[in-house]
Amino acid sequence: MTTQRFSGTDRYVATDDLTLAVNAAITLGRPLLIKGEPGTGKTQLAQEIATSLGCPLFEWHIKSTSKAQQGLYEYDAVSRLRDSQLGDARVHDIGNYIVKGRLWEAFRSEQRPVLLIDEIDKADIEFPNDLLRELDRMEFYVYETRELVQARQRPIVLITSNNEKELPDAFLRRCFFHYIRFPDEATMRAIVAVHFPDLKQELLSQALATFFEVRGTAGLKKKPSTSELLDWIKLLLAEDIAPEVLRGDDSRKLIPALHGALLKNEQDVQLFEQLVFMHRRAR
Amino acid sequence: MLVRFFLDLRAAGVPVALNELLLLLEALQAGVARPSALQFYHLARACLVKDERYYDRFDLVFTRSFAGAELTVGQLLAQVPAQWLEHAMARFLSEEEKRRVQALGGWQKLLDTLRERLAEQQGRHSGGNKWIGTGGTSPFGSHGFNPEGIRMGGEGGQRRAVKVWEERAFRNLDDAVELGTRNLKLALRRLRRFAREGAADQLDLPGTIEATARRAGLLDLRLVPQRRNAVKVLLFLDVGGSMDEHVRVCEQLFSAARSEFQHLHYFYFHNCIYERLWQDSQRRAASRIDTTTLLRTYGRAYRVVVVGDASMSPYEITQPGGSIEHWNAEAGAVWLQRLCAAFPHLVWLNPAPTRQWEYGQSIQLVRELLGGRMFPLTLAGLDQAIAALRRAAVTPLAPPPPPAATPVTSAGDSSAP
Repeated sequence: MTTQRFSGTDRYVATDDLTLAVNAAITLGRPLLIKGEPGTGKTQLAQEIATSLGCPLFEWHIKSTSKAQQGLYEYDAVSRLRDSQLGDARVHDIGNYIVKGRLWEAFRSEQRPVLLIDEIDKADIEFPNDLLRELDRMEFYVYETRELVQARQRPIVLITSNNEKELPDAFLRRCFFHYIRFPDEATMRAIVAVHFPDLKQELLSQALATFFEVRGTAGLKKKPSTSELLDWIKLLLAEDIAPEVLRGDDSRKLIPALHGALLKNEQDVQLFEQLVFMHRRAR
Repeated sequence: MLVRFFLDLRAAGVPVALNELLLLLEALQAGVARPSALQFYHLARACLVKDERYYDRFDLVFTRSFAGAELTVGQLLAQVPAQWLEHAMARFLSEEEKRRVQALGGWQKLLDTLRERLAEQQGRHSGGNKWIGTGGTSPFGSHGFNPEGIRMGGEGGQRRAVKVWEERAFRNLDDAVELGTRNLKLALRRLRRFAREGAADQLDLPGTIEATARRAGLLDLRLVPQRRNAVKVLLFLDVGGSMDEHVRVCEQLFSAARSEFQHLHYFYFHNCIYERLWQDSQRRAASRIDTTTLLRTYGRAYRVVVVGDASMSPYEITQPGGSIEHWNAEAGAVWLQRLCAAFPHLVWLNPAPTRQWEYGQSIQLVRELLGGRMFPLTLAGLDQAIAALRRAAVTPLAPPPPPAATPVTSAGDSSAP
């Protein structure tokens, strides 16, 4: 077996445990289930794995109406019916009306592909169960054409979940699992450095301090996450805001500049304002 | 050793199955992890734990099982891995280094020496986290155990291996739930689970088109049953005593629940759940039902909501015979544990204001027994409770004892075990 190994990229900071989980999934050809707070880079991970290993990436984004069958193939009976009415010659081959799904495409790939099944918890409860055999054996049967589709190269399967529904045990048992923790300050520095290589140290320290302070506020409905921090820093740079402004000793300004990028809910903004106000008065 | 660890995990209520253990062994054999305790910890977690709510428990068991990491690696080496080590070494050593290894007497000799060395070191380094290679004279240090490759200790810029799981960084995630908004009925509505059951009496338009097309245009009507709310709810209500002041809010909740759920059964209790409940609070004696019967009657799929202020004497929970109304042969805690085990989807709604909770010893006790699944009877609390109900609870730490073989016959029975 060729030893493909993933170890983060220049645009993505992967912690040791994440790297290990990814490599385990790659080596053993089992799916890797990724959970974590929104905005911790679950979906991006698949793209980065594909880039770093130089594999093609197949993305399958799940919606509440998604069916497992759609990922395999769909039989377009209606257009076949129409063609038969019009006397089209194509109608005799049922294969013309089989529409390949993402899984099939991934199975067809000559090179070992990365297959991302994004937000699997959005779909129906039975959805993961319907994919058990497909992900286990990496093959499925097309009933219309009596054809067995087998993967040429066992894809590297990445599955993300936002915890909205519980996944069935039988499905979980077949996966590796990794929960992306919210990064600590050191990791966060590395992440920001990757995205904004020439950010001034002073601004970064100040921004991170403010960010973790906002995040530490008890009772927020939606805590700001990594992607929000990156957006916020982008805004700060665009607006050319000086680090001093962020320090917040300025008693006229109650909350940090451009907080809209961090707090996405008016109740949260109010709560934060209140807390900051009380804090200021106490001093 | 791994098997022992695996059994400990199961005993601690982490749902692991045999094929996950096999997966771990397979991964170890394939050389996914470098032989370091930290890497082993990460790999074992990725293989065995499939829900972040169990991370904390996993950390606890891991610490307990592999206390003194020196021991771990030594014993692991003795068990798993001649192959594993060889595999890993083959990958990291250069040709020249391999030749020098041969000069030392080959792999087998080297491994034997390594094992001996490990055994020796168990005695000498009881507190440290470096197992091998600190002295410059070791054949291992001088023969290509490069710091990136086969590192036996956790040094080199990482945090100390043992610390990572001793930190128990996932403590907070154990049963964390998200807040939401909406009002009382809407909140309950989120518990709905639609299912098509019963007679097929509605036209399924997409199905009809599909089926007709498959039959090349011959009309084929398809019918489906109506979508109905299939969620089943058991409601346990605390009545009397300190609950009197919360009557109004409980009534509101009760009427909202009644109109919202088709399958709703409700029972009353006083202060804490013991071996009997009653179905009509006016006619207690006549409408009694044994709790064991109830546990048998209603399946695990039922969502259970207990409403009570949990304010009582702690003895009513912890001691047999603690009930203020009758002699109970088994403590309330035992019954609560059984209830939790029988119904993974269970929450306790507490009408007492949250700020009183930390002062009530009994409230703390009940909360602990329920694994934190107690929520205030407010809109926000109800939302949290519903969110918690949608996911099954983590299995209780200590599996509760089986219900008593012979149910206690009369309330005045004083034959305590």
